[in-house]
This record gives sequence, C-alpha cells and structure tokens, in this order.
Amino acid sequence: MLQILKYSFFDMIRNRWTFVYMGFFLILTVALFLLSNDITKVVLSMTNIILYLTPLLGILFGSMYYYNSEEFIELLLAQPLSRNAVFTGLYLGIASSLSISLILGVGLPMLFFGALSSPELPAVVLLLFLSVVLSIIFSLLSFIIAMKFKNRIKGFGISIFTWLFFAIIYDGIFLLILLLFKDYPLEKATLGLTVFNPIDLSRILLLLNLDESAMMGYTGAVLQKFLGSQLGTYMILITLALWIIIPFLYILRIGKKKDI
Amino acid sequence: MIQVTNLNKRFKKNHVLRDLNLELNQPGITALLGPNGSGKTTLVKSILGLVITDTGQILYDSKETKGQFLYRHQISYLPQIARFPENLTGRELLQLMKSIRPNPVKEEMLLNLFELHKELDKKMSEMSGGTKQKFNLVLCFMYDAPTIILDEPSTGLDPLALIALKAYLIEEKKKGKQILLITHILNLVEELADNVVFILDGKIYYQGGIKELIEKQQVQNLEIAIANILRTDAANS
Repeated sequence: MLQILKYSFFDMIRNRWTFVYMGFFLILTVALFLLSNDITKVVLSMTNIILYLTPLLGILFGSMYYYNSEEFIELLLAQPLSRNAVFTGLYLGIASSLSISLILGVGLPMLFFGALSSPELPAVVLLLFLSVVLSIIFSLLSFIIAMKFKNRIKGFGISIFTWLFFAIIYDGIFLLILLLFKDYPLEKATLGLTVFNPIDLSRILLLLNLDESAMMGYTGAVLQKFLGSQLGTYMILITLALWIIIPFLYILRIGKKKDI
Repeated sequence: MIQVTNLNKRFKKNHVLRDLNLELNQPGITALLGPNGSGKTTLVKSILGLVITDTGQILYDSKETKGQFLYRHQISYLPQIARFPENLTGRELLQLMKSIRPNPVKEEMLLNLFELHKELDKKMSEMSGGTKQKFNLVLCFMYDAPTIILDEPSTGLDPLALIALKAYLIEEKKKGKQILLITHILNLVEELADNVVFILDGKIYYQGGIKELIEKQQVQNLEIAIANILRTDAANS
C-alpha cells in the first residue's frame, strides 16, 4: 500500500494540473494580500473562496485521477495485492498531493505576509486545516462516484452536481424548510441538517473561531447559542471526522465487490 | 492447475459466462479463442479475481481463489490495454512493480530483448503505443511464475518485437510453463499453441488440439474451421 501511495504521489506531483492547482491558490492569496494588507480581511475572503473551491477541485481531480488510473488499477490488482491495499494506496496518493499543493499554495504567501506574528495565526491554521479536510472529503466522494459509474461523462456530471448540491442547492433547500416551517421551533432541526453538509460545517467552524458572528448565518448563531464555541467546535470536528471515515470505509466496500 | 466449475457472471442484463466448466492442467500454450464478446477476457479476469463472479468456483492448484490474493504470486498477467500512470518513467514503473512484487529474475534480459534501455528514462506519456506494450510485456514476463496469462500480447508490436515475443514464448513453453493466450490472430495460434479452447456465448464449445478441430470441421486450416463454427452458430441462434 505504501509503495502504491509513493508512486501515485510521484505521478500526481508531476502532473501539470497539480501545479495549476497550487499556482491558482498561490496567486489568489498573494492578490488578496496586495489588495488589503489586513490579514483578518484576507482570511475572511479566503474562507469564502476556499469553502467553495476546494470541494469543487477535489471532486474533479479525484474522478479524473480515478478514471485515468483504471488500466493501472487492473494491472495492480492482477498482482498479489489485496483490494484494500490498492484502493487505499491510490486514494492516499491523490489526497496527499492535493493537500500539499493547498498547504503550499495558501500557506507560503501567508507566511511571507507575516501570519506567524499575527494574532490571526490560529485562524490561518484552521483555514488551512479545513481546506485540507474538505479536499479529503470531496476527493473521497469523487472516488465513490467514479467507482460506481463506469461511464466517465456520467461520472463527471454527477461529480459536478454533488458539488453544486453541497455548495449551493443545500442552502436553498435549507432556507425553504425554514420558511415553510417558520411557525415551529426549528433550532434543533437546523442543527441536524447542518451535519449533513461538510461545507456548512466548515464554514461555521471557521466563523465560530474567527468571532465574526455577523457572517455565521442562522445555523452558526444557533450553534453558538446552544453549544457555545468550544463544545460546538468539538461537535463539528467529530462530524467532519465521520465525513472522512464513513466514505472511506464505503470505498473499501465498493472496492471489494467491483468488477475491474 | 486451473479448475473452473459452473461459472456464471452477469453484467446487468448481459449473461456473459453461462455455467462455464474448464480444466487447464497441462503445461504448454493454450489459445483462448472466440468471437468478440464471447467472454474470453471475462473468464481470464475471473481467474485473476478482477471480476467477481456470481456463482461457481475457480480453483488454482486445488485451492479456492475467491477473496484470496496470494495465489497471484503464481500468475503473471498481461492486460489488454497498456496504460500506465502518465508521469512516471519506464524505470519508475519497473521499480514500482518490483516494490510490490519482489524477485524479478529476467528484467535485464527482457529489457535487452525488447531494446528498452534507451526508453527507460522517458515518461509514459511520451512513449508510443508499441513501446508501452513492450513495457507491459516486461512487467508481465520478469517474474518466474508457473502460469502466464496474455490478453492480446501482439497489439502494436513491430515485426522484430513480435519475433522476439514468439521466441520467448516458445522458450517458456519448453520450461514447462502453463501459458494462456487470448488472441484474434490465428497465425499466432497455429504457430504457438498446443491446445485450443474455443468459447462461444459464455460456454466452452471446444477444447483440444488444433489438428482435431480442423479435422472435425473437415476443412484445410484453422481460420476456415473457426469461420465455419461461427457461421453455424449464427445460423442456429
């Protein structure tokens, strides 16, 4: 498994698209710093961009990588290797290269513009951490989609729709529910609904810790009121961990039954 | 060494293998023939555990293969399509294979045979189809496994490489290896194969020598014999 991880990582870091990915975040972060030298503002702007873009890029890279590796997976599985080892190795290869390009792309400019000595350091670290977590979650989802659908066009379509769902449609449905049931107490229900969207979870977690409650939205405010910042943070972290563990186990399960 | 009993596999509505029974015990080259979509590749992939079969049993050396992977130490497989991670070099690809499956015994010899030394540091994405197929062959042949399964080994090879491949297969056959060869090129079959397994509609239609197959159809050569079988099958269905 480690060997597969090593070589799929080698393959990925030499991929043109990985550089485009890293370069994009590099330029974006530098540009934001040049626009305003206030690191708090930069972190806030980055929050919004990262929360939407890392899931999209993670899900697209993931399915692209899986589809490109299909023949290679066939070769690997014809060797004396277990299915778990092959799929885990490949997945970790893409997850690690995405994470490293993100950390370098966002982290280097932050370092350069003095994040270390700024009071916003915890927020910067949290932002990096959450962008990595979101990349991991959405590339896991993309692997599931690519493994389930052999047809690439369909797979890409569903990948993009999945992103659209979590990034935009989910909030729409959420608001609709709030509107329809506005006569009832909805605090707990909305909390429950948030759990099913990792993007929402990440946003609330960041804003809880940035202390910008004006931008937290309804669920964030409810969460803070009910759980307080600290307990809320723990709850969100646990939920995000489940968002990684469950899809990962599901990938192994599909892998066991899949015809290559 | 390979024993397949009552094997069934469906892909959605398509019933590919239908109660297929097959025993491959003797060493030597066995050609697996059959029209497109008859189930040749599916059968081979089932033996390797790449395709998960619905019912039936596959034994390798009298041991159940389902859910196992260590038995694949005994098998070298050449996939039909030679596509590797594009940004790895030939050398890295070989290193990767050696790291997951140690003890290649014939790497140097094969690199010489297919004249690959000058291609070792090129990226996979820069190689021609034929060169990739040569690497595919090296990856498959460099281990000393008793069973070798080849899916269309001659695809994209130039005449020199093809001659080298044939000579190599005859050499391996002499060492007592069991070689399973899927191909549509009947010249290759007549030149190399000791036995033929003919699959039709997911079942074994014929298993035995080439000569007997030709005699049975009362024709002059293998090509016509096979064309005859396919025509009668089309007329019957």
